[in-house]
Amino acid sequence: MNIRMDNAQRLGEVIEASTTDFTAQCFELFQSPPLGSLVKTIDESAELFGIVCHATTASLETGRRPIARGKDETNDEAIYQSNPQLLQLLRSEFSVLVVGHKKNEKLYYYLPPKPARIHSFVYLSSTDEMKEFSQSFDFLNVLLNSHLLIPTEELVAAALRQISQVFEDPYSFLVTAGKELAILLGGDFNQIKTIMGKLKQ
Amino acid sequence: MNQENEKQTLGIVVSGSLNKGIDIRLDSSACVEDMAVGRYVTVEGNKRRFFGMITDISLGVIDQRLTLMPPDISDPFMAEVITGTGTYGTLHVLPTLTIGGDVTSLIDGPQPVKTVPSHFSLVNLATQEDVELVFGKEDEKRFYIGTPLDMETRICLNLPELVKRSNGIFGKSGTGKTFLTRMLLIGMLQKSAAVNLVFDMHSEYGWEGGSEGGHKVKALKQLFPSKVAVFTLDEESSRRRKVSTDCIVKIGYDEISPEDMALLHQTLNLTEPAIEAVYQLFRRFGKKWLQSILEMKDSDETSDLLKELNIHESTYQNLRRGLATISRLPFLVPNSPDSPVQRILGYLDQGINVVLEFGRYTDITAYILVANLLTRRIHNQYRERMEKAIGENIAPPHPLVITIEEAHRFLNPGVASQTIFGTIAREMRKYNVTLLVIDQRPSGIDSEVMSQMGTKIICLLDNERDIDSVLAGASGRNELKSVLSRLESKQQSLILGHAVPMPVVVRTREYGSAESYKGFASAGEADIKKQAEKDIEELWY
Ligand SMILES: Nc1ncnc2c1ncn2[C@@H]1O[C@H](COP(=O)(O)OP(=O)(O)OP(=O)(O)O)[C@@H](O)[C@H]1O
Ligand SMILES: [Mg+2]
Repeated sequence: MNIRMDNAQRLGEVIEASTTDFTAQCFELFQSPPLGSLVKTIDESAELFGIVCHATTASLETGRRPIARGKDETNDEAIYQSNPQLLQLLRSEFSVLVVGHKKNEKLYYYLPPKPARIHSFVYLSSTDEMKEFSQSFDFLNVLLNSHLLIPTEELVAAALRQISQVFEDPYSFLVTAGKELAILLGGDFNQIKTIMGKLKQ
Repeated sequence: MNQENEKQTLGIVVSGSLNKGIDIRLDSSACVEDMAVGRYVTVEGNKRRFFGMITDISLGVIDQRLTLMPPDISDPFMAEVITGTGTYGTLHVLPTLTIGGDVTSLIDGPQPVKTVPSHFSLVNLATQEDVELVFGKEDEKRFYIGTPLDMETRICLNLPELVKRSNGIFGKSGTGKTFLTRMLLIGMLQKSAAVNLVFDMHSEYGWEGGSEGGHKVKALKQLFPSKVAVFTLDEESSRRRKVSTDCIVKIGYDEISPEDMALLHQTLNLTEPAIEAVYQLFRRFGKKWLQSILEMKDSDETSDLLKELNIHESTYQNLRRGLATISRLPFLVPNSPDSPVQRILGYLDQGINVVLEFGRYTDITAYILVANLLTRRIHNQYRERMEKAIGENIAPPHPLVITIEEAHRFLNPGVASQTIFGTIAREMRKYNVTLLVIDQRPSGIDSEVMSQMGTKIICLLDNERDIDSVLAGASGRNELKSVLSRLESKQQSLILGHAVPMPVVVRTREYGSAESYKGFASAGEADIKKQAEKDIEELWY
């Protein structure tokens, strides 16, 4: 099944998974997808879709933290040139909030029966997939109800900004999404206002 | 706006009651500012389709905080997101009919509503077909009177139904009553079995009338020469206006009876005792009473008579002054060789409509006197003939519609119970006579008479009491009130009553252009068509 995915941009590999989210390690250091990106991973039963909700770059060995090395260097890039081993000691990871799945060509905007499989690849969704996925705004509900390190308003806005870019008319997409949010959030006008403020590009 | 026949969805039903109407939450795609009171909508209930009219439009917010801290709508993005979600429009709709959906309305046409649509039923702007389904198509009975607001569909009145009862046309001055009446007369002439007798105070129905634009508009006789006779009280005025008249009306003193004086007591400033005196003198002199009083000299003979009849000197003077005013009317003559009543009846019997022009005698005294006097006699004749027709099983006379202006002068609570017009209005069409009353001040008309009106055509009214009086007894009165007060000041009217299945606001059909005259020519009236075509040509070449 991987043959099918050759053209898609491979981002990394799942290294930790639960029903609601998974974490992937990037193949290239610092190459995690932008916050709010729609990504997917595939296992034998379904395609899992998720929104990138967090990313980190840290030492490979937990407990060991990098130390500052640039005191005598002219610029920060030079640190890596002087210490090429550093690239082997660090790793970038990103976390993904699962918002839906696709089974037998049909999209479901709720959690899949099983979490992502460890070591399965994570891909950036294609333009078509993003358009198809955002035909319903049901995923916004999952984002709004998440308990994450980042404020949910940030995540919602980031996701909508990312998806809007694949549309010819991002503005009208955002207006439709905004209306949906206004309905979802009922009377909480302040929260709507916060998100709206972050949607402008 | 969408394509003509495509349904335009407005929103969904969210609450309401049969009495007060239903509330509809507007879709965020529909703009409140595009809505208009008086427009028609259909509601797609589960089992039935409902037909109704928008009677109010309002604004709502989901969160009251929005009204306290309004969002920054100078930001178009914010404004667009908030409309229809945080803020929304609501329509208030009065459902009046069910169209289709259940068996009876499929077979018998639109039925009055007996329930409301269920929650969240879809609401659409009514299409041309829906409106046609409700108001019917133009045919040999239905007469096209105007179009609904924002639509091209023709609203039609069922004229045979209309003339079965007395009807009224109301509105402030200059709102289009005369134009409407002219059209309605044409309609009756073409599509109902009735004949008309018009008391034409301002001489605008017979031959031609004026319009505010300054140009002349054709009236009945020019359009339907073979079906209309013009009578005049003022030969000179008619001749000056080049009206081809059929009869010059002279009324003999002996045709005036004490009842006529009673009706005139206000306009002639007659006191109660003076009216009383008229009756006494009538008993004394019979039909010659008026002539006799006018000929009385200030002699001992006269004072003896007054004493004998117990008439006070001041009462007598008051009466003399009043009668002198009447005797100055040139169309009144001591002896008239022929009877105008018989002449009018002669035409009516042939199915020819009669318009009586008043010429220069637009004074209300003359109008009340003549209209009352002729109507009473004609009604008497009709009553006799109807009774005979029933008794001997022969054909009754043609149904007659009598048109009067300034109707409150004849039908105010003080006199309605005594005058012939009050009688006709109350007895419905028992004797085949009904009224078409035209008035600027409907509140002056007796409420009982008002409640007997079959169909009311109401142009803009702004006096609260007038509005209350025309809408008294109508269901959905408050809603209609708000519709009525928002009519445009010309050529728009609210029609309610028997001739329409539900209250309807129309932009009145245009009248006065060559094109409009052509529209009145039905298949049989080839000459109007030809004349209209000629007129149109003359306009262009
Ligand atoms: N259906 C119509 N077609 C064309 N013009 C109209 C129509 N209705 C009204 N108007 C215009 O409005 C003007 C006033 O109408 P009209 O003379 O009928 O008023 P009215 O209600 O009879 O007034 P009043 O009470 O003073 O007699 C007309 O002169 C004409 O210009
Ligand atoms: Mg008039």
